[in-house]
Amino acid sequence: MNARRAIACACATALVALLPACERERRDFHQPPSASTVVKSLRMSEITPGGGDAPPQAANPLEENAYAVSEGKRLFSWYNCNGCHADGGGGSGPALMDDVWIYGSAPANVFATIVQGRPNGMPSFGGRIPENQVWQLVAYVRSLSGQVSKNTAPSRNDALMTKPAENRMDKATPVQATPSSASEHP
Amino acid sequence: MTARAIGEADGAFERPGDERDSAEIPRERGGIMGFLTTVDHKRIGVRFIVTAFVLFLFAGVLAALMRLQLAVPENNLIGPDRYNQIFTMHGTTMMFLFAVPIMEAMALYFVPLMVGTRNIAFPRMNAYAFWVYLFGGVMIYTAFILDVGPDAGWFSYVPLAGPEYGVGKRSDFWAQLITFTEVSGLLVAVSVITTVFKQRAPGMTIERIPLFVWAMLATMFMILFAMPAVMVGSTSLILDRLVGTHFFNPAEGGDALLWQHLFWFFGHPEVYMIFVPGLGIVSAIVPVFARRKQFGYPAMVVSLIATAFLSFGLWVHHMFATAIPDMGKGFFTAASMVIAVPTAVQLFCWIATLWTGRPALRVPLWYILGFFFILVLGGLTGLMLASVPLDLQIHDTFFVVAHLHYVLIGGAVFPLFGGFYYWFPKFTGRMLSERLGLWNFWLFFIGFNVAFFPMHILGLEGMPRRVYTYSAAMGWGTLNLISTLGAVTIVISVALFLVNVARSLRSGAPAGANPWDADTLEWRLPSPPAPGNTQGIPVVNSRTPLWDDGIVGEVRGLASSPPEVLVTSGLDAHPDHRMAFPTPTIWPLVAAIATTALFIGSIFTPWAVVWGAIPVTIAMIAWFWPSHAETRRHRALEKPPFAEIAKARGEERTA
Amino acid sequence: MTRGGAALGACAALYAAAAGAAPAQTALDPAGPQAAHIHTLWHLMLWMCTIVFVLVVAAAWLAVLRRRRQALETPQLHESPAQSRRLTRVVATAVAVSGFGLIVLVVASVATDRVLARMPHDEALHIELTGHQWWWEAVYDNADPSKVFSTANELHIPVGRPVIFTLKSNDVIHSLWVPNLHGKKDLIPGRVATAEMRADQPGIYRGQCAEFCGYQHAWMGLLVVADPPDRYTAWEDQQRKPGAEPSDPQAVAGRAVFESTTCAMCHTIEGTLANAKAGPDLTHIASRMTIGSVALDNTPSNRAAWIADPQQFKPGSNMPAHNLPPETLGPLLHYLDTLQ
Repeated sequence: MNARRAIACACATALVALLPACERERRDFHQPPSASTVVKSLRMSEITPGGGDAPPQAANPLEENAYAVSEGKRLFSWYNCNGCHADGGGGSGPALMDDVWIYGSAPANVFATIVQGRPNGMPSFGGRIPENQVWQLVAYVRSLSGQVSKNTAPSRNDALMTKPAENRMDKATPVQATPSSASEHP
Repeated sequence: MTARAIGEADGAFERPGDERDSAEIPRERGGIMGFLTTVDHKRIGVRFIVTAFVLFLFAGVLAALMRLQLAVPENNLIGPDRYNQIFTMHGTTMMFLFAVPIMEAMALYFVPLMVGTRNIAFPRMNAYAFWVYLFGGVMIYTAFILDVGPDAGWFSYVPLAGPEYGVGKRSDFWAQLITFTEVSGLLVAVSVITTVFKQRAPGMTIERIPLFVWAMLATMFMILFAMPAVMVGSTSLILDRLVGTHFFNPAEGGDALLWQHLFWFFGHPEVYMIFVPGLGIVSAIVPVFARRKQFGYPAMVVSLIATAFLSFGLWVHHMFATAIPDMGKGFFTAASMVIAVPTAVQLFCWIATLWTGRPALRVPLWYILGFFFILVLGGLTGLMLASVPLDLQIHDTFFVVAHLHYVLIGGAVFPLFGGFYYWFPKFTGRMLSERLGLWNFWLFFIGFNVAFFPMHILGLEGMPRRVYTYSAAMGWGTLNLISTLGAVTIVISVALFLVNVARSLRSGAPAGANPWDADTLEWRLPSPPAPGNTQGIPVVNSRTPLWDDGIVGEVRGLASSPPEVLVTSGLDAHPDHRMAFPTPTIWPLVAAIATTALFIGSIFTPWAVVWGAIPVTIAMIAWFWPSHAETRRHRALEKPPFAEIAKARGEERTA
Repeated sequence: MTRGGAALGACAALYAAAAGAAPAQTALDPAGPQAAHIHTLWHLMLWMCTIVFVLVVAAAWLAVLRRRRQALETPQLHESPAQSRRLTRVVATAVAVSGFGLIVLVVASVATDRVLARMPHDEALHIELTGHQWWWEAVYDNADPSKVFSTANELHIPVGRPVIFTLKSNDVIHSLWVPNLHGKKDLIPGRVATAEMRADQPGIYRGQCAEFCGYQHAWMGLLVVADPPDRYTAWEDQQRKPGAEPSDPQAVAGRAVFESTTCAMCHTIEGTLANAKAGPDLTHIASRMTIGSVALDNTPSNRAAWIADPQQFKPGSNMPAHNLPPETLGPLLHYLDTLQ
């Protein structure tokens, strides 16, 4: 009957529309522990020697997962990232919630920054933070400037409000900063 | 059997030359469109009951899963995340999607029949309320299947359900479910209250209203006053999570306890919204099976109203472990004890009725006996929980799980099942099997006590609630295993009930209009009643009209197209005027779909409220748009009623 | 390791053996005055409610069973005035008796409340307890700041002295509940609550978080160990000391592992470079009976398994898994073992 088919169609559409929920809402507690890996195929720009295509960047498997991003938020304060970066506004370290990225905004770049450390004071956390936790931090750092979907990004803290919640940040188009200009930014 | 012929109209209500006396009562459209457009309170009531019962079965399966996980210590059947979702869904389903809606549904079905009217007030709004309820239930179960079901408990305390610790969209779906169920509940409450006050049979004064109707009336008033509190709370929660407001953020001037106050101000009356209809069902069954009038009618009515009223003064007893000043808590101890008095009055009046009657033990009365046992035990453990110092030991333990199931299952589900056995002939025209019913009752009664009594001991022995497992060293394993066996027994009992219903629908003994020789007006109608219920409205002069020749006349002349209803005055039920009621229409369904889209969209973006309001507005406008054809039909009925007056004035008036 | 430390270690082992039998976590076996008063109230309510239950249910069932008929007889429509009066008297008496009973219960409840509120506070021990997802942080206060120390999940208290808890929460609502000693008190973020207890008998009393707080609410336990005064003083003195200096090369290597890998990101060991406050204080980890907030017995193999993957015991807890090779894990475990 037409009505029955219509109802079946509606249900199928609804389910398809809601399937992204599966990825977003998964809670993966058992993460295989792995030693910090050197991130291969890390690049800072599109230019490659010898022409040809730039190698693909490692993607962050956790960016679609709300639990991972919220864990990244917890770790951001647990591991004292906000000691230098405040809640994203920066202090002795550069701001993380703006559109200026010194060492690249792609997940692999942020991963390398955290693991390897950077000049002018960014410590190297390789060997101190397990790899899957680094990816959680990467996802959170990117959410500070709205790079993560609004449904997945965390909402406001249960704390003093120092900035808009991550899920209310408009997606900023990342802009590459040169190291010299970066040192002028707080 | 005391089937009475309906008395002849005594002329006072009949107008000479009246040709509106239609031989037909309103017909219902068939097919899928008839299904989707009906505004008949019985069809909508049955839908509510069936939907709520299916959700009851779902929640029962979830409970069985919990009991399987807890049967042995350190079990790994279900992990913590899934377990949290399961107990949240169990509580949410039972409290919001089963218990209150099924009682509202019993009111929807029976109140118009018992007060002798043709349909419930605001029939289209009722249809809309059902669709909203159904879509809310579908939403939350779809969310549960997709791993985005709520996991912070049915009470969803902040900060655990708040923006920082409630990760993802799970608690947003919970909060929006509240909106669905509260909108639906409030609308049904409005309909029932209006029906009870304005559509009673002439002669059914305030002292002749059946106790079942009184119970439903008290419940509906509780719904009106309590549900807005939880809607405010759930809306604030969504705002905090989606938009970043600070209602529950202590660092910015909010308060985590505010949630608890808002929720429990609703939450305590909520359990009475479930319990009081149960009391009404008991009052419907006891006189019939005791074969005498209910003793102490005025005391019973006052007790129902007092219970409803007092239930608003108890909510802090859910918060005794928080840092609220002791003197304040002491007030709530006293109030929580005082509310036992009206319930005690009712219990003693029922016992008095049964003691001086000649009880016929049928399955409905067995369920009432079960009610006495289980509810009284639960109520007494409630007194223990009312005391602040004792509550501090047993709060948030399995003692409370035991208590709440004793009062809710004993006080509401047992009467409900008794009511199913009692009213099944009225719903379907067939009797349920008495033999299967006895098996059903005894398995339920024994299984329930085996499942839940040990939980009292577990709570005192230190087992908290909402734990997905427990240490083997605690010594709780034996009692938990026994409890699980009881739960399995309950499952078998409910399965037997379903078997009974399925078999009786096909081949149960046919029932006439009044197989129990009962006393209230619904039993004068055929089983099941026709659409539009009755052609003439009975005129009554007694509380038990079917027992003591209490129907002394009939009001004839209500049209069936458009369906007309007799509106009577509030206290004394004097006939007041005829009112044309709305006809079936698709617009409540369309409006419900638009509302659902708005509610679900607003889980993801606040803009859904703005854009979603447009289809809702359009649907509502279409719904309320007056129809020329209907207006013409109404006008056609408005012939000048007093031809004599017109003649006396020496005029010839035309329509 | 000092002699006192060794003694404490032995005591811990003894206690662990005793605790291997069902640890005390029951409201029915009070070990202090608060729990005892509540226990008395419980008995009063239990007996009164049992009597009422038996009377009411017997009346109801008897009412139905004693005059029951097979058929549905003609309904009795009229009640004689005498019967009506009699029934009214009976019901009214029953309601009055019930009301009187309720008043007794209210008075008893209020009286118990008053007694609990007026417990003596002389020489009270002050502990600041902060609830975390899913462990308990305890800071033992002292007028002399140099005597303040911090521990986690296992509290020792002196027998016979009142203990006053200041309750705070780091994240969501938790609830402190040690049933042998007292009822619960919620730890609510943004508010400071107070609870007081006193143990009048030595023993190990297990408690558990009693407000649903997330994935590992089920395993958020704590131990309250009531020591005789001299043993308590010894424990207190030991807790105030910084972490034991490693005395052999393996322990030195272990400390280096602790300070240079993930451990130092969350945990503190007083006297080392590890000073993070996100996770429990591990300065005297080897002196505790359990790990993981009373999830596991504190044995070396359990510690190793816990460090390798806490998620297998407490899925969802905030400590990550670690893939430490044996040459790193061995010294680390050895070092932790020295932290009495």
